[in-house]
Amino acid sequence: MIPAPFTYCRAASVDEALALVAEHGDEAKFLAGGHSLLPLMKLRLAQPEVLIDLAPLRELSYIRDAPGHVAIGALTRHHDLEHSALLAQAVPLLAHAAGQVGDPQIRHRGTLGGSLAHGDPASDLPAVILALDATLVARGPSGDREIAAAGFFQGLFETALEPDELLVEVRVPKPAGAGWSFQKFTKRAIDWAIVGVAVQGTSVALVNMASTPVRASAVERALASGAAPRDAAAHAADGTSPVEDINATPDYREHLARILTGRALEEAATRAG
Amino acid sequence: MDRDQGGSLVNVTMTVNGAEVAADVEDRTLLVHFLREAAGLTATNVGCDTTSCGACTVLLDGESVKSCTVLAAQADGHDVVTAEGLAMRGAGEAGGGELHPVQRAFRREHGLQCGFCTPGMVLASVSLLQENPQPTEAQVRMGLEGNLCRCTGYHNIVRAVLAAAAELAAEPGEPGEPDAAALAAGPAEVAP
Repeated sequence: MIPAPFTYCRAASVDEALALVAEHGDEAKFLAGGHSLLPLMKLRLAQPEVLIDLAPLRELSYIRDAPGHVAIGALTRHHDLEHSALLAQAVPLLAHAAGQVGDPQIRHRGTLGGSLAHGDPASDLPAVILALDATLVARGPSGDREIAAAGFFQGLFETALEPDELLVEVRVPKPAGAGWSFQKFTKRAIDWAIVGVAVQGTSVALVNMASTPVRASAVERALASGAAPRDAAAHAADGTSPVEDINATPDYREHLARILTGRALEEAATRAG
Repeated sequence: MDRDQGGSLVNVTMTVNGAEVAADVEDRTLLVHFLREAAGLTATNVGCDTTSCGACTVLLDGESVKSCTVLAAQADGHDVVTAEGLAMRGAGEAGGGELHPVQRAFRREHGLQCGFCTPGMVLASVSLLQENPQPTEAQVRMGLEGNLCRCTGYHNIVRAVLAAAAELAAEPGEPGEPDAAALAAGPAEVAP
């Protein structure tokens, strides 16, 4: 399978990337690691006329300690997140979950920013970012704009990014001593999660239970009123709208959400310090 | 651009197995097709073509990637190693002789049946051992999760990787092998 024809161009700077997308408009897509976009293009589910390769923008690949948060460049690869000593210490949920994305080859190419901007509710890291209450930084013609993770994912493959904006940084608050867990269920090792759950303290976010990653608000409310993990997890599917596909019925996804949330809350409790 | 035609061309130049390869190819050309058709190196197989099976795994700047999901243009200016190059590395300039220790281990432990997944398995294993020179059996299995063997010959593949790890540990500094000091330092924090 080969993508439909397109014109490839390479941005030498963030400014050039913004100029190129301004020039080509809706027909252009940014290319980071390409491990979400290229498979869709090969299936002709996406047919951009112009690809703007961001690979030369090494300045967007970093993991930096900052007061109260860790700043991560949008082009930082899953592999780099997985092996970051800083993240392992400051935000272990993100380091661990990044190591669960796809397989080693995919983690050598895929990027945090690419995964978030793609907006696939079946991807692991959007839900993790949501559970962590991260802030995303988008750069556009008029400068930088901060977007809370809670408002970033707006629909299937749809985010709060404007067509002329580039996601440049993700700021992840450092959770102080709270327990965490990431659980997902797949049929084969490298598949997208049929359902997944990310827990950070009392924040719970679900993978693939709606058209966007969603917070399990009913679980969070139950925890806040003192419910035990298993009792709170019984509410994991409340208010969700899982799809039916080749892998699962909505009922099965709801069952998985409850089971995985229970396991995640129990594992998080063992890590709370 | 006429979308029914092939589209525009891009000049791609990369180092493949130590030699420069240049070609004008369609922008949409995938790395695996560049390697097979422009470079004429057919050890790299196209299996599933959907980033699942790992048969097309090559080393890009020393790390395993699935070449069916990388554009040739994305590898422009970079270093690629295929199964052919792995063998040449162990044989100096003459090439074509001595197998890489991981290849030798696959042969010795019978880590293949039909052989279709083998080039990808071997390159994924080389990348795995560079990142983790002394993996446990479980780590080998997890580290190869991106490579499928339709013959289901996994046990001998895992044995081969563990045997290669032991051999590499016993013979540090073999040509083409990772620098022990660099490996001991572990992955660096990503810097701008």
